[in-house]
Amino acid sequence: MKKQTKITAWERVTLARELERPKASDYIDAIFEDFIELHGDRNFGDDKAIIGGIATLNEMAVTVIGEQKGKNVKENMERNFGMPQPEGYRKALRLMKQAEKFKRPIITFIDTPGAYPGMGAEERGQGEAIAKNIMEMSSLKVPIICIIIGEGSSGGALAIGVGDKVVMLENAIYSILSPEGFASILYKDSSKAKEAAETMKITAKDLKKLGIIDKIITEPEKGAQNDFDNITKSIKKYLIQAIRKLKKLSEEELLEQRYQKYRII
Amino acid sequence: MKCDACKEIIYKEELHKNLSVCPNCGKHFRLSARRRIKQIVDEGTFQEIGKEIVTENPLQFEGYLKKVELLKEKTKIEEAVKCGICEIEGEKVVLGVMDGNFLMGSMGSAVGERITLAVETAIKKQLPFVMFCVSGGARMQEGIVSLMQMAKTSSAIAKLNKAGNLYISVLTDPTTGGVTASFASLGDIILAEPKALIGFAGPRVIEQTIKQKLPKGFQSSEFLLEHGFIDKIVERKDMKTTIAKLIRLNKKS
Repeated sequence: MKKQTKITAWERVTLARELERPKASDYIDAIFEDFIELHGDRNFGDDKAIIGGIATLNEMAVTVIGEQKGKNVKENMERNFGMPQPEGYRKALRLMKQAEKFKRPIITFIDTPGAYPGMGAEERGQGEAIAKNIMEMSSLKVPIICIIIGEGSSGGALAIGVGDKVVMLENAIYSILSPEGFASILYKDSSKAKEAAETMKITAKDLKKLGIIDKIITEPEKGAQNDFDNITKSIKKYLIQAIRKLKKLSEEELLEQRYQKYRII
Repeated sequence: MKCDACKEIIYKEELHKNLSVCPNCGKHFRLSARRRIKQIVDEGTFQEIGKEIVTENPLQFEGYLKKVELLKEKTKIEEAVKCGICEIEGEKVVLGVMDGNFLMGSMGSAVGERITLAVETAIKKQLPFVMFCVSGGARMQEGIVSLMQMAKTSSAIAKLNKAGNLYISVLTDPTTGGVTASFASLGDIILAEPKALIGFAGPRVIEQTIKQKLPKGFQSSEFLLEHGFIDKIVERKDMKTTIAKLIRLNKKS
């Protein structure tokens, strides 16, 4: 792949949000075999903004979770634009606990503008659902690898984003909130989003430097959809290697290493 | 001064004597960490931990540290949380108290670090952990580093659970955003002061999203109790005894 030349942080925001950009289900289909989707949180409902299930990676069973955006208006309405409700996070946790029971590694794909800020979400404990996932993920006794493929925004991203390795696609972004939100809070002017994007350190390169992520998957300048085959190949290669290494650690070592990863930030 | 809930004129001294609760209508006014500690902790027992941990500026955000310096002078505290080892009715605990006067009690690296250190101290010394929360959420000026504090503090709480220590979380007005979505919601027992605003998304954000006004009392302590997210609403005058009682009842046998 050709090295990217100067792309501004704001241009990456635009690329990360493109409708044509591959979504979680595209990666799941391309990287894994035999994916079986599993539904529901066993409590309230099935949130379509999060998909999850069991698949094989190079003949090894794994649990896969992803925040799912749509590629057109209709799909996005169905997927709530990738903004999960509490039951989406609770479904993810149920499947991750199941992975721990059967000693399967967990792979998550992060792509969300944030957790859904609606009335129902609040009534059903959006904050509690996110908090619980973050806490539980810190102590699941199986390897966890999180990949930010598009937008990784706020607690809604972190709720499936605590792992042993955190990976980002080159044009993905990861942030405390959207640049528009940041601009409107700190500059009192949401039209200063471009400026905010530069300040916020949300690009893969900046986050690698800050020690927030472990690895960048390179992308062509015009986005992941233009070289999807190669990108999925490099993700697959990385996953196989990383899981092999993580599996060599004892449970105690794995958990202590994960604790220290966040402890030092 | 005028109580903003019942509009009665109240004297400041009378208000402070009444634990900063309106003697007329019972409105719980917001408390500084200093006053809260005075109300909850046995006199002379508070030994601060993590005082040396100070604000950092990972984004090199212009004007941030200057603002912090001004706030330090004004509030006489160095960050939005104070932690320490102390006694509550003779029960030894590790206590964390957030302060809303300091950048809305927002959680940046110093707040996250102090709380994590406090939790680790509780584990090491086998003590219960009590956390008074008040927060607008993550510290925006510290960007992604503040998001990571949610992971750091929640991971520490996971360790506390594994060690078998009691954790009592007390939600006060307001507790929102990244603090609600991390340690605040993870108590073995979650208490709240009456009529506190508690939620993940702020009311304005929700109203903009759904394009309608929220009903009165939405996201209040009473609302959360009804929806099953907190254990008990406790008035300020009963807070100390309630916490002490819960600690005694949860002592390892």
